[in-house]
Amino acid sequence: MMPDLGKYAFAVLASYGATVVLLAALVALSFWQRARAKRLLDEVEARAGKTDG
Amino acid sequence: MSIWEYANPKKFMQTSAWLLPWAVGLTVLCLGIGLIWGFFFTPDDYKQGATVKIIYIHVPAAMMAINVWVMMLVTSLIWIVRRHHVSALAAKAAAPIGLTFTLIALVTGAFWGQPMWGTWWAWDPRLTSFLVLCLFYLGYIALWQAVENPDTAADLTGVLCVVGSVFAMLSRYAVNFWNQGLHQGASLSMDAKENVSDVFWLPLLICIAGFVLLFIALVLMRTRTEIRTRRAQALMARERLA
Repeated sequence: MMPDLGKYAFAVLASYGATVVLLAALVALSFWQRARAKRLLDEVEARAGKTDG
Repeated sequence: MSIWEYANPKKFMQTSAWLLPWAVGLTVLCLGIGLIWGFFFTPDDYKQGATVKIIYIHVPAAMMAINVWVMMLVTSLIWIVRRHHVSALAAKAAAPIGLTFTLIALVTGAFWGQPMWGTWWAWDPRLTSFLVLCLFYLGYIALWQAVENPDTAADLTGVLCVVGSVFAMLSRYAVNFWNQGLHQGASLSMDAKENVSDVFWLPLLICIAGFVLLFIALVLMRTRTEIRTRRAQALMARERLA
């Protein structure tokens, strides 16, 4: 199944590996920031709700 | 209905909540098909051997590195001219994605260049303009972090974005302006003679679509995060005043 990359195996696999690592880091950062923003907004809105009434 | 309705944060949140799952699904589909087809089912190039498989990530990432900056330019100009907060936040949300695509283009280019040119790096016009674009992305992100007032930050980063657009365009056309570098010409062109071979072209096109969709999914998600953060900050400021 795995294609024969011959003497270029390192260049090809390292390129794909680096891409996966960079994209995974970006996606993980985006999810982490989203969770943090949601939590913060929920807390602040809950406090604002209590204050208003 | 006017396009400016989407500049309303509430409308944007509603529309993006509907669009996001579609964008994620289509991203997974396109990247899955394009990368599996390209990696496993395309032949080696007669000159470049198996390294041609790097084209399926290098070219889409490089294209998107420039196109993300163009998107940031458009949204920054909308902010500067019409003062729509969502457009400024969309530009802010896009910058880390553009930086990641630029890094992918630089790193995969180095891995590809080493066996083909015998060097990881050369001060070639296209490579150098991409490095400068990468520095502009870093500067843009740093400027957003450094300025406390969000409107001032949006103004300053908007101006930086306009200046950086010169380098984004240089990155795109460097091989046409100066043809003494190591980097080859465009892989995709309106001129069929310049295009990559048909056997690589279709999976490459699907990978490009996948990278575009990945950008759309991430920018929607990150803009929603920025809108939530801005709303939380506004409510906290109101709390402090009360």
